[in-house]
Amino acid sequence: MVTKLKANNSEDIDVIQKNLIINDFSIQVATPNGSGSQTSNLVLLRSLFKMGIPSSGKNLFPSNIQGMPTWYTIRCSQDGYVARRDSIQILVLMNPETAVQDITNIQSGGVCLYPENAKYNFDREDITYYSMPVKRLAKESGVSSALRPYVSNMVYVGALASILGIELLEIESALSWHFKGRQKLVDTNMPVIQAAFDWSQENLTKTDPFQAQRANATDGTIMVDGNLAAALGAIYGGVTVMAWYPITPSTSLADSLTQYAGLLRHDENGKATYSIIQAEDELAAVGMVIGAGWAGARAMTATSGPGISLMSEFAGFGYYAEIPAVIWDVQRVGPSTGLPTRVSQGDLTTCHWSSHGDTEHICLLPGTVAECFEFGWRAFDIAEQYQTPVFVLSDLDLGMNMWMTKPFDYPDKPMSRGKVLTADQVAKNGFKRYFDLDGDGIPYRTLPGTNQPGAAYFTRGSGHDQSAKYSEDPQDYVENMSRLRRKIDYSREKLPAPIRELNESASIGFVGFGSTDPAIIESRDRLAAIGVESSYLRVRALPISLTVSDFVASHDRVYVIEMNIEGQLHKLIRIQYPDLATKLCSLAHCDGLPLTASWIVNQILEKESCHNGKIKQ
Amino acid sequence: MVKSSSNTNLIGLEKKDYKGSPTTLCAGCGHNSISSQIITVAFELGIQPEQVIKISGIGCSSKSPAYFMDRSFAFNSVHGRMPSVASGAMLANRDLITIGISGDGDTGSIGLGQFKHVMRRNTPMVYIVENNGVYGLTKGQFSVTADEGQNNKYYGKNDLPPLDLCLEAIVAECGFVARSFAGDPKQVRPLLKAAISYDGAALLDIISPCVAFNNTSASTKGYDWVKDHDDPLHDITYVPVQEEITTQYEPGETSVVTLHDGSQIVLRKLDESYDPTDKLGAIQALHNADTEESLLTGLIYYNPNRISLIRSENLVESPLAHLVAKDLRPPEDSLKQIMSSL
Ligand SMILES: Cc1ncc(C[n+]2csc(CCOP(=O)(O)OP(=O)(O)O)c2C)c(N)n1
Ligand code: SF4
Ligand SMILES: [Mg+2]
Repeated sequence: MVTKLKANNSEDIDVIQKNLIINDFSIQVATPNGSGSQTSNLVLLRSLFKMGIPSSGKNLFPSNIQGMPTWYTIRCSQDGYVARRDSIQILVLMNPETAVQDITNIQSGGVCLYPENAKYNFDREDITYYSMPVKRLAKESGVSSALRPYVSNMVYVGALASILGIELLEIESALSWHFKGRQKLVDTNMPVIQAAFDWSQENLTKTDPFQAQRANATDGTIMVDGNLAAALGAIYGGVTVMAWYPITPSTSLADSLTQYAGLLRHDENGKATYSIIQAEDELAAVGMVIGAGWAGARAMTATSGPGISLMSEFAGFGYYAEIPAVIWDVQRVGPSTGLPTRVSQGDLTTCHWSSHGDTEHICLLPGTVAECFEFGWRAFDIAEQYQTPVFVLSDLDLGMNMWMTKPFDYPDKPMSRGKVLTADQVAKNGFKRYFDLDGDGIPYRTLPGTNQPGAAYFTRGSGHDQSAKYSEDPQDYVENMSRLRRKIDYSREKLPAPIRELNESASIGFVGFGSTDPAIIESRDRLAAIGVESSYLRVRALPISLTVSDFVASHDRVYVIEMNIEGQLHKLIRIQYPDLATKLCSLAHCDGLPLTASWIVNQILEKESCHNGKIKQ
Repeated sequence: MVKSSSNTNLIGLEKKDYKGSPTTLCAGCGHNSISSQIITVAFELGIQPEQVIKISGIGCSSKSPAYFMDRSFAFNSVHGRMPSVASGAMLANRDLITIGISGDGDTGSIGLGQFKHVMRRNTPMVYIVENNGVYGLTKGQFSVTADEGQNNKYYGKNDLPPLDLCLEAIVAECGFVARSFAGDPKQVRPLLKAAISYDGAALLDIISPCVAFNNTSASTKGYDWVKDHDDPLHDITYVPVQEEITTQYEPGETSVVTLHDGSQIVLRKLDESYDPTDKLGAIQALHNADTEESLLTGLIYYNPNRISLIRSENLVESPLAHLVAKDLRPPEDSLKQIMSSL
């Protein structure tokens, strides 16, 4: 049944207007991968955002270049919630392959927008259907037939603009922004959008309640993906050597670094103050980083799970030989290839304990794009201060999707290059590479090339004494390892501290890290609305701050929420505080999609229902 | 500059300033001879030891950096991955001189990928393979350079053909490919000097017999075999820029190759027709030597036109490691601009 929604009477329109749902809906665009819908989707997202409506966009894409189904979801939220939403209000159905399931997923009262000749099953009567003459408008646009599938996607932009009230001016400027001001490209696309808009105005009668309305809730914010944020952070952190090997979802971090370092990091003669090397594999990428960090560069790599596995031997080397390095892990679903284009937080313990032997690496856990930027520069300071590899764990959702954020703050601290001795200092005071002079576990180092007898030392992954001499002496080994332990412990409270929101009246607390932040924030509000108060602590670094114990102790139950199967953060906290284990409950979930508030709310209601009758339902 | 006396070099250092710690390798191990050639050459060239980084993988050979030039910085890395560490270090500090030490297992097996890629990438470094045809440190397994049909006490007969590392290097576009024999200091030294002068990755595949596991007279990597079959390609004399003594060679007998730093190697051709800049000729020569079961030594291939990693990266003159915050952190305005463009 195709509903041709025409000529409703004014009574109907009245009802709609009374029940208008303004700036609070999710749009899902279903297309085959590689059909060129990215421009359309990003333009839609940006237009809504520029209308002042808090919006977020997430690409749910397959590991495939062309053909397999892909979805793009845009969430508009008056209240500023940016987590993924389970329910879909507006579906743009461009992919027949997924039609059955996609239509099933639309929330009752929702909308389905589809190309007019599509033969979908239109059984559901609780949703509104709008058809669009996609083929005809694409043909009339005059573009070559090869480009038609691509401009077809502009048709739904125009139709949505008409149905939802997205401003065409914003669409045009979003197009122009997207094409970096190249007017020719705007001129190819905009007429199709305009034609679709005009057609929809003429031929579609709005019977759905959804409305995009100009607001001012995005003033002073920008929209950016976490990988670009991380790349900028690295540039402002003074990265000098970046070695990497392509892998989704970290590739765009290297690409952004290449793009912006090219703009920002040349001297007056056009010579580069950095080097970016696409290595032959991750073994080499991390080897270059370790070699460069040893020789005094601010060196980094960016990878994802499979690369992390390959890097582990060098990570242990860097830990034991005490070499600064920054390793970004933009996490995806593992083990092995897993779901390579889907999000997870499954590398937490792998990174923290990367390598054979006893290691415990410092890990930074950004939860927002602003923190991707901040930890992007801070990671170098930390790596050089502690002379150790630092892992920064982002993920596919944070890294590749677009997020609203306040503009990033310029680094508020001067660069800290750690304990590096000059030739003069060596001449005056001597030098013992692994001697703990200051009692913080952090020794002094010299850089290769330091022109002073006594400055050189031997870096090795084999046993060594305080002077870096080869040693298999049991005592040397134990002393060295316990100093490393002291060093890592010393870092604990100096790393980015947990962010805590204490709620005096809450008996339960949430602990999370990384990109689950928006889902947790939203779930707390929703739970509070039904009388379930909660506190929240977001861990931002490993080793875990000791303040976590107070947080756990001051609540009856603490739910550790994370996107993996094993409850990795939950395990880490339990290891650190076995006495608190009975208070800690794991809420671990990973299906490849960004976590939703609904999932958390449902879990909490289920778990809490056996604890008290406080929930009014 | 410090005046040089008879036992000091150009920069006023004595030979002992280039010494390493006492070796812990087997007495008579070929690797030790190579260490002492490095000491001599670095001393003779007047290299500042602190400017040198000695980088190695894992193996008996890779332990060698401990046994020469104690005043240099050393990095005994992980198995097969010395090239990546060297590349990173050179990117960080282009003023360093890298001596990479590896073994035939470290380079030819686990590290074959990094070996070929560092040649292709052309990181300025001397890449020494101390080639003994076995895994010394893990006690005598065959390596990829072991001869086909060779016998071994524990592992029986080797059925697989060897890889020729010089051939691999040429195919990977290495611009300086040489082979020598650890027990032939007269040839090793000039080759080493030339390799240090080369602006790019320079391979020295040095046959370095293992006295413990591979010194049978039948192995091409044993002392006896090499001494009998050594077929020197060139008599090489390295002439540092400081001493112009090239005149004593009659024109027609020599082929002069000018290196990037202006210094020259003079090749006396034993085989008049051999031209080290002819790539296919070099491959042919290696092939012929292989079929004749002889060992080609000398500078096998030379290409002065390859651009080193440091140059292709268009780096600032000052080492990246020496740049300070004002060079590295773009000003606040630039961030504001980017923010408003997003
Ligand atoms: C990842 C890894 N695998 C295996 C080893 C064990 N191992 C140490 S040395 C070596 C072989 C070294 O052979 P070669 O490079 O020829 O050096 P040689 O001892 O002959 O000089 C092996 C397999 C290791 N250290 N690391
Ligand atoms: S085992 Fe062989 S390679 Fe190792 S030190 Fe002894 S002689 Fe040298
Ligand atoms: Mg060997």
